[in-house]
Amino acid sequence: MEIHEYQAKALLKDYGIKTLKSYVADSAEQAFKIAKESEEPGWVVKAQVHAGGRGLGGGVKKASTPEEVREFTKQMIGQKLITAQTGKEGKTIHQVLVEQACQIKKEFYCAMVLDRSAQKVCLIVSSEGGVSIEEVADRTPGKIFKVVIDPLGGILSFQVMAVLKNLQLPVTFFKQLSILLNTLYKLMIEKDGTLIEINPLVQTQQDELVPLDAKMSIDDNALFRQADMKVLMDLKELPVEERKAVAHGLSFVKLSGDIGCMVNGAGLAMATMDIVQLKGAEPANFLDVGGGVDSEKIDVAFQILKEDPNVKGILVNIFGGIVKCDLIAEGLVKAIKLLNIKIPVVVRLEGTHAKEACQILNDSGLDLSFADNLESAAEKIIFLTRNKRDQ
Amino acid sequence: MSILVDKNTRLICQGFTGKQGTFHSEKALEYGSFLVGGVTPGKGGTKHLGLPVFDTVLEAKEKTGANASVIYVPPPFAMGAIIEAVSAELDLVVCITEGIPLYDMVKVKQFMKGKKTRLIGPNCPGVITPEQCKIGIMPGYIHKSGPIGVISRSGTLTYEAVWQLSSLGLGQSTCIGIGGDPIPGTDFVELLELFNSDEQTKAVVIIGEIGGDLEELAAEYIKTEFKKPVTAFIAGSSAPAGKRMGHAGAIISGGKGSAKGKLQALRSVGASIALSPAGIGRTLRNSI
Repeated sequence: MEIHEYQAKALLKDYGIKTLKSYVADSAEQAFKIAKESEEPGWVVKAQVHAGGRGLGGGVKKASTPEEVREFTKQMIGQKLITAQTGKEGKTIHQVLVEQACQIKKEFYCAMVLDRSAQKVCLIVSSEGGVSIEEVADRTPGKIFKVVIDPLGGILSFQVMAVLKNLQLPVTFFKQLSILLNTLYKLMIEKDGTLIEINPLVQTQQDELVPLDAKMSIDDNALFRQADMKVLMDLKELPVEERKAVAHGLSFVKLSGDIGCMVNGAGLAMATMDIVQLKGAEPANFLDVGGGVDSEKIDVAFQILKEDPNVKGILVNIFGGIVKCDLIAEGLVKAIKLLNIKIPVVVRLEGTHAKEACQILNDSGLDLSFADNLESAAEKIIFLTRNKRDQ
Repeated sequence: MSILVDKNTRLICQGFTGKQGTFHSEKALEYGSFLVGGVTPGKGGTKHLGLPVFDTVLEAKEKTGANASVIYVPPPFAMGAIIEAVSAELDLVVCITEGIPLYDMVKVKQFMKGKKTRLIGPNCPGVITPEQCKIGIMPGYIHKSGPIGVISRSGTLTYEAVWQLSSLGLGQSTCIGIGGDPIPGTDFVELLELFNSDEQTKAVVIIGEIGGDLEELAAEYIKTEFKKPVTAFIAGSSAPAGKRMGHAGAIISGGKGSAKGKLQALRSVGASIALSPAGIGRTLRNSI
């Protein structure tokens, strides 16, 4: 789960890290009022969406008067921000952060990530701040410095010193940097953070280290013990279909193709998308109905697929292990009748009670196609959707 | 022969009296697994499915001679359950539980250093040596005994692959689901090592997916050490970057962990690649 910049900065502040004065606004008038009352020499208006690369996409703008703050906010709110990380559909801006401008001497990159290979938290810093770290990694990999943090010792002084040298900061910054890094680490551990990215971390004219941006991700699996993080979840950041899926315990990702997929199990769901693509079409989604699938979940799954106007045909691929195919078949018949699904549906059921399931589908009177293996299932649904389109 | 489990494996179940534990213990018994009891704290001394229930794993081990455990406890208690089984010095712990926090797994892995226990999972279907011992949630009947080892990050996709193998008359020595989480207890390399010295196993199927570098590490090992034919399929060729595909570990991040890179790594060390998930069995058959 990702949180917004303003939420991450509030956390940093709670943990004692100095941040710039900033206020959230959801309208141009509110932003204007904030700017007028805060009497700063300048402001930065920042779109609050879960995506990096906002500056290049026009989501970060410097304003020197409250009127400008109002104007920029007006331009942003309600608009879609497209960045390198949002995909071409972009993300709608609902809020902006109005932040006090500051005078920058130097910019750095600073992040902590729970590294799956090291199976520990890693600190990553670079003297190249304010640009995409992937770009730095590509162009000048030597400018990225990585420190693995041992869970037993936490961040140790010699590591802080190494970071200091790497960033070419004078020794007078040692204490500041040490406090900052230790605090970030504490935040990672205490909040089940998988990532905190400060890009840029800046050295101000007053020689203070200040996070100018903050991005944080929380482990979804830990939300049961992170109630105060869970409330920070912004469902508006998800596409509508994904919101609905999340609410019903389905795993769904919208894609750009026209073949809807409904599968049990994440690996098989990916493999089903793959075979659709191999056969020359594009999947409309990833959808894992899970191991504990019941007729209510099937119903919701079909609703989501039906509501997507791009979906021209549906491929159902179930490998019944613990899940019994006949129960799935009953759910399918119910959902297709109830939702009045008119587009082609190809069903491939294998495993426990597959024969009984086919009987149920045959007896249903519905116009369904069957396939007895994955390959012919993919070929059939593509053939049927193409045919329908040509008519 | 086989790896990890066989007909002599004496199994206990942690979370024995719960809904999942009960259901899958019944299935394991039906399959013929040597289930000798279970653990549910507070219910020690009672019987469940005709088998003794214990308060702790250590007690269960002492009274039944168990050497393996399967865990079906909910995520908040899974770390404790794993560490308990490791502390009791069982040989094998299979954790089925999905949704364990990552930092809990970080702690588990730290704790397990230097200990004798092997952990399979979490978030996995389990381990099966066909016709001998089934530990986990996979449907038993799709498996056949034979010479093929299977290692996979997935559940139902593994069933699909096993089904293809069995339909072609290619039975399996042992099938292991290592799980879909970013930090698994055991990875491809550790299991390839075991298959390398297992006489029954003549060839191995690897089913990987996007995210992380476990497949790349497997390729390194295959290049230098592994002596048997390998067939690989990687799920997620069609998945977009930056989006988590169901499994906690299935995400391409920062340009790393794509199916293309993994396939390239495996192909370059001589593995036969199944580009289509429908062709895993066929590809393997052609490779041996």
